[in-house]
Amino acid sequence: MIKVGIPRSLLYYSYFPLWRAFFTEMGAEVVVSPETNKAILDAGLRSALDETCLPVKLFFGHVLALTGSVDYLLVPRLISVEPKAYICPKFMGLPDMLRARIPNLPPLIDVAVDFSRGTGNWENVLSSMGRLLAGDRRLIRQACRSAQAAQSLFQEQLEKGWLLPEALNGAAGERGTERPAPPSPGSGRLNIALLGHDYNIYDEYISMNLIKRLRSMGARVATADLVSQAVIDEQAGTLPKKLFWTLGKKMIGAAFAFCDSGQFDGIIYVSSFGCGPESLVGELLARWVKRRRGIPFMLLTIDEHSGAAGLVTRLEAFTDMLLRREKG
Amino acid sequence: MKITYPHMGNLYIAIRALLLKLGLDPVLPPPTSRKTALLGVRHAPEFACFPLKLNLGNFLEAREMGADTVLMGGGIGPCRFGYYAEVQREILADLGVSMEMVVLEPPSGDWVTFKTRTRSLVGDCSWWQVLKAIRFAWYKARAVDALESKLLYLRPRLCEPLQLEAIYREALRRVDMAENRRGLDLAVSDFLKDTRGLPGKSGDLLRVGLVGEIFTVLDPYANYDIERHLGLLGVEVTRSIFLSEWINEHLFGGLFHVGGLDHLKEAASPYLNAFVGGHGRETVGATVHFARQGYDGVVQVAPFTCMPEIVAHSVLPAVTRDHGIPTLSFYLDEQSGVAGIVTRLEAFVDLLEARRKKRLKEGV
Repeated sequence: MIKVGIPRSLLYYSYFPLWRAFFTEMGAEVVVSPETNKAILDAGLRSALDETCLPVKLFFGHVLALTGSVDYLLVPRLISVEPKAYICPKFMGLPDMLRARIPNLPPLIDVAVDFSRGTGNWENVLSSMGRLLAGDRRLIRQACRSAQAAQSLFQEQLEKGWLLPEALNGAAGERGTERPAPPSPGSGRLNIALLGHDYNIYDEYISMNLIKRLRSMGARVATADLVSQAVIDEQAGTLPKKLFWTLGKKMIGAAFAFCDSGQFDGIIYVSSFGCGPESLVGELLARWVKRRRGIPFMLLTIDEHSGAAGLVTRLEAFTDMLLRREKG
Repeated sequence: MKITYPHMGNLYIAIRALLLKLGLDPVLPPPTSRKTALLGVRHAPEFACFPLKLNLGNFLEAREMGADTVLMGGGIGPCRFGYYAEVQREILADLGVSMEMVVLEPPSGDWVTFKTRTRSLVGDCSWWQVLKAIRFAWYKARAVDALESKLLYLRPRLCEPLQLEAIYREALRRVDMAENRRGLDLAVSDFLKDTRGLPGKSGDLLRVGLVGEIFTVLDPYANYDIERHLGLLGVEVTRSIFLSEWINEHLFGGLFHVGGLDHLKEAASPYLNAFVGGHGRETVGATVHFARQGYDGVVQVAPFTCMPEIVAHSVLPAVTRDHGIPTLSFYLDEQSGVAGIVTRLEAFVDLLEARRKKRLKEGV
């Protein structure tokens, strides 16, 4: 059986159900790298360029964890997943960076994903991937269908209030099994909107268990995944100039929607050191949130040196402040 | 309307010509200085790239001189430059500085919007006048490029480089002042004439290609005068990209049919096979190109956290491995100290010299 490796990093958090269902249906065995740990991070730090951002360094680590044990490595060249917006230059050059810096890589499945001109769709991308594995056409078409079904189930669960890791596990379950009822969002007094790229906030090692910590401090946590794409597009459409970063658009659209709902006590924005788009998006957001609603806003920048104690102190200070505001 | 615009090397000469010919009233900010940088750094986001901070400093300094409008370039991503103007507008607004932002977005197929936006800027000028103004600005940019490339060529070759620089500054001033093409041509040809008789050095020169992000390549403040330091160390520097190419590509939507950078994109393969924003692909292509031309080394410059250049830098070790060309990368921001940069350049030049000697010996 052919083994296809998928690094548990970057857009794994957005598209794993799609990719997993596709390759499983194609008759391949999907191997995911282990959850982030110190060894993976250290390996990434050693092989990636110093100047790259934390998530890309981590991606290198996850790739290294898979090399040697898989036949193919899934590293699509993610240029754009919607018209007139990009992900990030580093995502666009990811396969090239890996090839230049990691010796003895398994063959990469590096099909370009580029919907920026309004043409192209996942079906074409998946078909190209399928042809690399030399599958026959009928099998590919069938695999495409179940991949897209798995992905839309995943999206549905997110909008119903599942946290992303929970939905990922759900989608990874046997097909046909009953969906469990969405878990309760936690029973805290504070409502906190947690914004940040999926691969930062849902990676427990990198985010130092941020979500669990917030919950244990008595906060109910909502993330941008709760907000539907339509609302995000609408809210981000109010900007004077269209934002050309998909992830930044999601953050801004969700933040505006959260502000407008009037249900949130505070916003925490997680950014990673060296992230280009975030350096501007975070800044704009801080200014706009302040002008729009005056909701307290905290920017947390994480990097490979972050210590949990520093994080906890800042979270405690922030939640204490929110509680005091509530009383006053 | 008193209109200002940011500095980028000698860009001011071409833009001033354009605005004057359009009958506008330009306010040139003072040359970028430590004070400019500090102003920008104080108000700009911490991790924004260096050019955004310097631009902002330029605007604030121009404001003190009475400017009320800012002319800025735009873009459609994924490089951050395309969103600079939006961030700068919000920062100025929060500072209570009332300056209007006029953003020149690349036409990108939508000529109607482009037309109305240009029209709102140029007022009563006829399209013929607009076209003439653009053409004149273009000639100025070409004249600047001619002076700069000659300067880069001559600096390591002459006994008195400081004298050369004085002649260059005078020629640049004449290009800036020139009111017609004849004046431009004269300024350039006089520069060539004046520099011809200067006493020169003999011997084989080291040749280094300068690649990287356009602002840091073109702006001597941002790159801490890297070309000059290399030149004074006796190295001939060749740039991968010049001012006129950027103006044509970015502001005039490719109006003028000049060589273009397509050959560099091709040369980037197989190391970098996709567009990565900015000039990342050209950086890799130019490095390959310089290696093929027998250059001794390549210096890359980029603002700290510049995304396209980080991708390019990431794949450069593969180019070095295959083509045997040493590279040195500099990430620049307000923290860079010039002494550190010069030390690294000296070490790099020593290395290049040693390599060349070794090669000659092996050749014999």
